Amino acid sequence: MTSSTATTPQPDAGDATSGAVPGGPGAPGPDAEGTGPGGRDTGGTDSRGADPDGPAPSGAEPKGTDAGGDPFDRDALPAPDGATGALLRSLLAPLRARVVVAAVLLLLQQAAAQAGPLLVAFAIDSGVPALRDGDHGPLVVVGAGYAVCALGSGAFQYAFIRASAQVNQAALLDLRGRIFRHAQSLSLDFHERYTSGRLISRSTTDVESLRELLSEGLQELLAVVLSFVYISAMLLWLDLGIGGLAVLSFVPLYLLVRLYRRRAAVVFAERSTAIASVIVKFAETMNGIRPVRAFRRERANDERFGALNDRHARSNGDSLLEMARYVVGSRLVANTAVAGIVLWGAYRVTEGTLALGVLAAAVLYLRRLYDPIDRLGMFLNSYESAAASLQKIAGLLAQTPSVPEPARPVGLPERSGASGPGREVVFEEVRFAYRTGGEVLPRFDLTIPAGQTVAVVGSTGAGKSTLAKLLARFYDPTEGRVLLDGTDLRDLPVPELRRGVVMVTQEAFLFSGTVAENIAIGRPDATREEIERAAKAIGAHDFISGLPEGYDTDVRKRGGRISAGQRQLVAFARALLADPAVLILDEATSSLDIPGERAVQRAMDTVLRGRTAIVIAHRLSTVEIADRVLVMEHGRIVEDGTPAALIDGTGRFAGLHRAWRESLV
Amino acid sequence: MSTTAEATQPDRSAVRSLLRLWPYVRPVRTRLFTAAFVAIVASCLSLVIPLVLKWMVDGPVADRDVGGVWLGALYLLLLGVAEAVLFGFRRWLVARPLAGVEAAMRADLFRHLQRLPVAFHDRWASGQLLSRGTTDLMLVRMFLAFPLTFLLVNGVTILVGAGILLAQQWTLGLVLLAPVVPLVFLIARFEARYSSVARTAQDQVGDLTTVVEESVLGIRIIKGFGRHRSQAATFRALSERLRGTELVKARLLAGIFGVIMTVPELAIGAALVLGTMQVADGTLSAGTLVAFLSTALALRWPVDAMGFLLAMSQEAATATDRYFEVLDAEDERDVRRETVRGTERHEGGPVPAAPPPTTIAAAAEGSERAGERHGLRFEAVRFRYPDASEDTEPVLKDIDLHIRPGETMALVGGTGSGKTTLTALVPRLYELTAGRITLDGRDIAAMPREELRTLVSMAFEEPTLFSASVGENVRMGAEHADDEQVRRALDVAQAGFVDTLPQGFGTQVGEQGLSLSGGQRQRLALARAVVGKPRFLVLDDPLSALDVHTEALVEAALRRVLQDTTALVVAHRPSTVLLADRVALLSDGRVAAVGTHHELLRDNAEYAWLMSGAHAEERHR
Repeated sequence: MTSSTATTPQPDAGDATSGAVPGGPGAPGPDAEGTGPGGRDTGGTDSRGADPDGPAPSGAEPKGTDAGGDPFDRDALPAPDGATGALLRSLLAPLRARVVVAAVLLLLQQAAAQAGPLLVAFAIDSGVPALRDGDHGPLVVVGAGYAVCALGSGAFQYAFIRASAQVNQAALLDLRGRIFRHAQSLSLDFHERYTSGRLISRSTTDVESLRELLSEGLQELLAVVLSFVYISAMLLWLDLGIGGLAVLSFVPLYLLVRLYRRRAAVVFAERSTAIASVIVKFAETMNGIRPVRAFRRERANDERFGALNDRHARSNGDSLLEMARYVVGSRLVANTAVAGIVLWGAYRVTEGTLALGVLAAAVLYLRRLYDPIDRLGMFLNSYESAAASLQKIAGLLAQTPSVPEPARPVGLPERSGASGPGREVVFEEVRFAYRTGGEVLPRFDLTIPAGQTVAVVGSTGAGKSTLAKLLARFYDPTEGRVLLDGTDLRDLPVPELRRGVVMVTQEAFLFSGTVAENIAIGRPDATREEIERAAKAIGAHDFISGLPEGYDTDVRKRGGRISAGQRQLVAFARALLADPAVLILDEATSSLDIPGERAVQRAMDTVLRGRTAIVIAHRLSTVEIADRVLVMEHGRIVEDGTPAALIDGTGRFAGLHRAWRESLV
Repeated sequence: MSTTAEATQPDRSAVRSLLRLWPYVRPVRTRLFTAAFVAIVASCLSLVIPLVLKWMVDGPVADRDVGGVWLGALYLLLLGVAEAVLFGFRRWLVARPLAGVEAAMRADLFRHLQRLPVAFHDRWASGQLLSRGTTDLMLVRMFLAFPLTFLLVNGVTILVGAGILLAQQWTLGLVLLAPVVPLVFLIARFEARYSSVARTAQDQVGDLTTVVEESVLGIRIIKGFGRHRSQAATFRALSERLRGTELVKARLLAGIFGVIMTVPELAIGAALVLGTMQVADGTLSAGTLVAFLSTALALRWPVDAMGFLLAMSQEAATATDRYFEVLDAEDERDVRRETVRGTERHEGGPVPAAPPPTTIAAAAEGSERAGERHGLRFEAVRFRYPDASEDTEPVLKDIDLHIRPGETMALVGGTGSGKTTLTALVPRLYELTAGRITLDGRDIAAMPREELRTLVSMAFEEPTLFSASVGENVRMGAEHADDEQVRRALDVAQAGFVDTLPQGFGTQVGEQGLSLSGGQRQRLALARAVVGKPRFLVLDDPLSALDVHTEALVEAALRRVLQDTTALVVAHRPSTVLLADRVALLSDGRVAAVGTHHELLRDNAEYAWLMSGAHAEERHR
């Protein structure tokens, strides 16, 4: 929700962005609020609102996950107490000097801006009599003073906006980078549970709401607070009685703001829940438009969307009405106060205890005093949503990677000459269970000599992928060690590990950019020739040349319709280019036709000859090229041997293989 | 997408864009106009307040008339109460209706989008559509709530205020009003520049979002190849570029705010000096001066706001354009109008096989002979994606294929040969470029889509589950299927895992629920396709993500279903092909051969190669 409109002060503008209220006028910054009970409460409601999915577990493997209050499901990752405030402080700490500069500029700006009525009083009470006496001095002072104040307030305004923009943008740049880097460093098990949509909204909409708070709201609040303070001080200085009365009027205003905040929080939480479900329904329908059409879901969807949409319209209306009530209330208080003060002031002027000029100045000040009340609403809106967003971001940043980089990295030994380019893999007393419990792989030992090609077969959920992910160090074993040429994977620096072990998965994702760039992910410094060689080796060259711009075709643009099988070929070319010592293929050929699969096998036989390879496949055709087959069941390796031995045996594999052969004849 | 950024349009067309909102505004026009009227009254009331002040200062205060002071204060109070109540009343009047307008527009958008051709959705990212349904509509609502009313209200207020100022003391009035014209001009110019920078910033945010999105979706690849540092570098470069743009925005903003602060203050200062001299001369009363400055203050907001009101209107106009851009796209129509569109469809291409009147006749003829079953027939089908240019090679050229009633035909072809495209033509997810497809003798182009899609059931290569329970997801194939039927469909798809889910049938799946593995999703999608016992079944590689064991079980069960269904099954594997009675080999956009698996395996080299990966000669050796 980007609103790029200039934020000119606007009475009655609360429609545009209306919101709940902080601690009232003169409340401290969001820091104190975010951790206070009030802020915490609304933050909680909101986070539930954004993901109205209820308590459904979202583990990757459904078996064994229990629904018991997993924070991932509610999109409410726990952040340590005060983390929100600490996050904001840590963002602003390096900018301390600039924050001070901006604050001073604002102080000066307000001082200049609020001097006007004072000069009016001086003009009426001193200028007029002096002028009548033929003394132009006071009037010149008034004129010069007014000009200086006008220019000063303009110049300081300019400087302040620029200074505060510097601060805001630096903080946002920092925050964006932190979220991005942190999300990237978190391990795969986190990504499997924290849906991509949430992560994306953390770094987009949540950062955006903080941006709104910083660039518009906070500045607005500071201006409002400062003008309250200045004007009250001026009024008190002009006349203690009038000033006192004005300050007294803050009490009902404060109560009103508090009431509004309490009521609005409820309405806003409801509204954000409502819009979130509208968005989910909308996005899901558009992303699945083919099945929607093929199964004639249009009318049913209209109905469901209509219900969600109406709910949003209702809560939206509620929030607008709440704002209307607030506006009426605050205006009533303000206008009554003005009438009262004018009455008393005028009465005292008639009695002669108050100068006329002072009354005039007071009246002008009063108008300014109450003008920003409505603007508070705007600030409160951005404040509430930013507090909720910061809370969520802090929760994300509080997650620690379960696969940390080594503190004292150890390099791999040189590839021991005789055995070729492959490396030896050893699983040493490895056991793996999810953090939530639920054992996937009971303790086992497995040694794969350098250069061996091992096929892993077994039904869904047997633990094949987990085995592969342990070897790629997407997970760390719960117990035991995984060794690459005798070195624990946990001690390997990331670049070294990634040069050593490459995994190609079933879902072949293409990044925006050209086909060539996508292949080059395997080795960014590869030349076009090397890229083409890799593509040719895997049999992808023909289809790539057939694309509108060949290797330079943008995969996201029109004409770039690339089928699932073709995407997998690109993924292979990428792996081939990376030239790893250990290659893991996790169902990487599922969308390929048999010739495609053969091309992959040929490439492994030639280009990748001598590499250690783990091949997980549904297709038994893959098994033919393996030196060794592992059959897995319920997390255990139940058969282990050469393909020939297993085929001739009487185990599960033999049965499967026979059925497969028969289908070919 | 190139559809986002449009150059700032001249005001006249902005007005024209906004006028298109009228059908949605019409139902709430009474309230909207009343609200505008109320706002004008309230706004003018606030201009009266200074006059009361003047009356008090010059009358009762100067005369030391205590009763008069009380009366003045009472007037002020009444005016204040009236102003507050009227402003509140205005908000109350429009709150619900405007929320309703926004909702109505969103519902229309959703309804329309669901009925647009799939080709349209191929072109448009769902995020683009979503932003039209949310941000853009919010801008429109804000426009109706605010600029629409206040452009009028402020205009009137400024005129009335100017009138009051000039009537009281025209010299002072002129001094105060002098900066208004250049100020409005400056603001308008600023807004034009600002909005173009703002749009740049929005685009850059879009680019940043893309990087975030991709690095989340492609996390396995990034981690697998240790690429996270280069991703972070890309991200940093983009976010620094965004910061640069934001700072330009801030500089523009700072400039205009500086001007807005300075110029009116200078004018007020000048008026003060001049006024003080006049008061000293006795040509002006003190009360008038107070009222004057007070009025000037009251007019400041309406003048300052004109610029941003115009900018908001401009933005709303762009939002309206973006909204209608989608709403104007033509949706899929059924028979009656379809025949008209049918002729358009063939424009530039070969003459349609059946001209409109004949199409209807054929349809009638078809239903007369409904008793007879002709199966599924492709006749000279040619297809090119609607966004491809005319001179490109069609994806499918002259497909002739007949699937007999009750027969299962496997569709085999190399990667990228157009198999998936062919399957999408049967339920008319895309319109043929030429030729026709008949179901039991009836041209699908002449059938209501609703009916067509009831007859044909599909399972897609990419199994999509919606955020709903497992049961609801399966029932999408047949709304009124009872539990028993759902259970049977799940059995066919070997989806026994459903029973082990936390709430069984009732377990929520999809983006908002439990995430299932590819194989599990594929089995549910298959169950969805077979639950209604459809007459025609189209399956796109339905078993690709299943392990060998499960695949064998599904095949056995599916065989029974296929017995009394006319089916087209895309297959990569011999095991899937064996489900079929006959096989069609798709090669280079044509059907190269049709026959049984064994015939083709024996006689067709390409087929043998596709099925075994070895050339026929090699196999015989």
